[in-house]
Amino acid sequence: MKDNQLTTMLSLENVSHGYGELPVLKNLNLTVKPGEFVVLVGPSGCGKTTLLNLLSGYLKPQSGSVRRSGITRTVYQHDGLFPWLTVKENISMGLRLAEDKKHYENELRELIELINLQGFENHYPHQLSGGMRQRVELARVIAGDSDILLMDEPFSALDYQTRLRMRQELGRLLEKRPRTVVFVTHDIEEAVQLANRVLVLADRPSYISRELQITSMRPRNPTDYAVVEATKAILNEFGLQVTEK
Amino acid sequence: MDKTDEHLHSLASGHLKKSKSIKSVASPLAVLVSIVFIWWFVCNFGIFPSYALPSPEDVLKSFREEIIAGRLINDIVASLWRVAIGFFLSAGLAIPIGLWLGQHAASRRAFLPMLNFFRFLSPLAWIPFAILWFHIGDKPAIFLIFMAAFFPLVLAIMSVVANIPNIYFRVAHDYNYKGFELLTKVTFPAVLPQIIISLRVVYGIAWVVIVAAEMVGCQDGLGYGIWEARNGLRLDSAVCYMIVIGLLGMGIDRLLIQFTKLPSVRWGYER
Repeated sequence: MKDNQLTTMLSLENVSHGYGELPVLKNLNLTVKPGEFVVLVGPSGCGKTTLLNLLSGYLKPQSGSVRRSGITRTVYQHDGLFPWLTVKENISMGLRLAEDKKHYENELRELIELINLQGFENHYPHQLSGGMRQRVELARVIAGDSDILLMDEPFSALDYQTRLRMRQELGRLLEKRPRTVVFVTHDIEEAVQLANRVLVLADRPSYISRELQITSMRPRNPTDYAVVEATKAILNEFGLQVTEK
Repeated sequence: MDKTDEHLHSLASGHLKKSKSIKSVASPLAVLVSIVFIWWFVCNFGIFPSYALPSPEDVLKSFREEIIAGRLINDIVASLWRVAIGFFLSAGLAIPIGLWLGQHAASRRAFLPMLNFFRFLSPLAWIPFAILWFHIGDKPAIFLIFMAAFFPLVLAIMSVVANIPNIYFRVAHDYNYKGFELLTKVTFPAVLPQIIISLRVVYGIAWVVIVAAEMVGCQDGLGYGIWEARNGLRLDSAVCYMIVIGLLGMGIDRLLIQFTKLPSVRWGYER
């Protein structure tokens, strides 16, 4: 487990990227501070996932540079768990490099308790609900020595109430084990509820059209004043806020 | 799913299983009995001459004869042995080659037409070569089984490997799976459910081919038994071999089905 999160580095400098003739991102600059929770919000197809793929190193930018240091793991929308491994085995992937066997068992038990899946250790992913599966994914990415978590719409395949619960769960996990997070979503409420900083992406070729610092204490409710105000600001940005009634 | 839910679910399916298992035995048994009855009826009323269609009683008699003479058991062992060797040889080569081709698109493009060509070439076309190269005994039959099983197996494994969802490899990269470990802990388990299905299909092909393979170049085996029966105009004995071939084929398939019940491959059949 890490107690020092100050060593991570994650930044994009002047990054542009596209697919063939289609430019997706244009001259993007972004520096994620250690321990920060940054949410990128934007409509589907605006290049959010491309941005995340650049951050993870899966894609190389056409121009500009990406700098990243620290163990980086990604949570996907669904199907990120290995279906041939049990809950326990999937989570223990995150502890693969741990050498101390005794510590390893304790850590595994603690993680399973953390996501409240005691009794499901030996279940396979296909035997779990969507929400449970995403909880296992969360436990897997925070296991061991991970530094940076990249989340690609991790809750968008879940129903609304499960999504609300997962936000709480993620907040709680990060309180216990702080990580640097870049979270991508199209859900404005989700962005505002979770983030230290929200970046609004404008349509293709994308650039950051608005940046919001949200300083109010977490955990937050979707109905908190700060959350509602920030949501309004973002809706405005997208031109979705109705002003005249 | 809630735990109590799951409990209820398993209880309900337990009840279902019981009544299902009675049904699943009763109706096939009824079909079997009627077919034997029709067979008996046709024989007894002399619709066909008895040398052209042996009656159930004749077949039963010849069963007793063959078992007492020890020939049947000997032929079963010989055939099973040949199929097993040919099958394991082809699986042992086809699985690694399929895994490799599945991961290399350029080689896949290069080999695909050739593999398809041989897949559509009946293994029986190799009989002249089998005899010329391997003379008589087990070897030509094993060679023919190998030629029958190898190409469809490589093709099947190659295509499932090529279609493994990319997300598994991205996750594997995050958790530092590399090289041999990536192969054994990610690629192989990701295709294992499909490999088991392919092995079942290919075993079916091998079992069908063994009968023809043993009609040439062998001195024993189930296929040879049928050939011998024809030469001696003993169709009762031929029928008794046919029954054994069918039953053994089904029996071994039941064994292979057991592999699909392994907990770490269930996901491949339940989505």
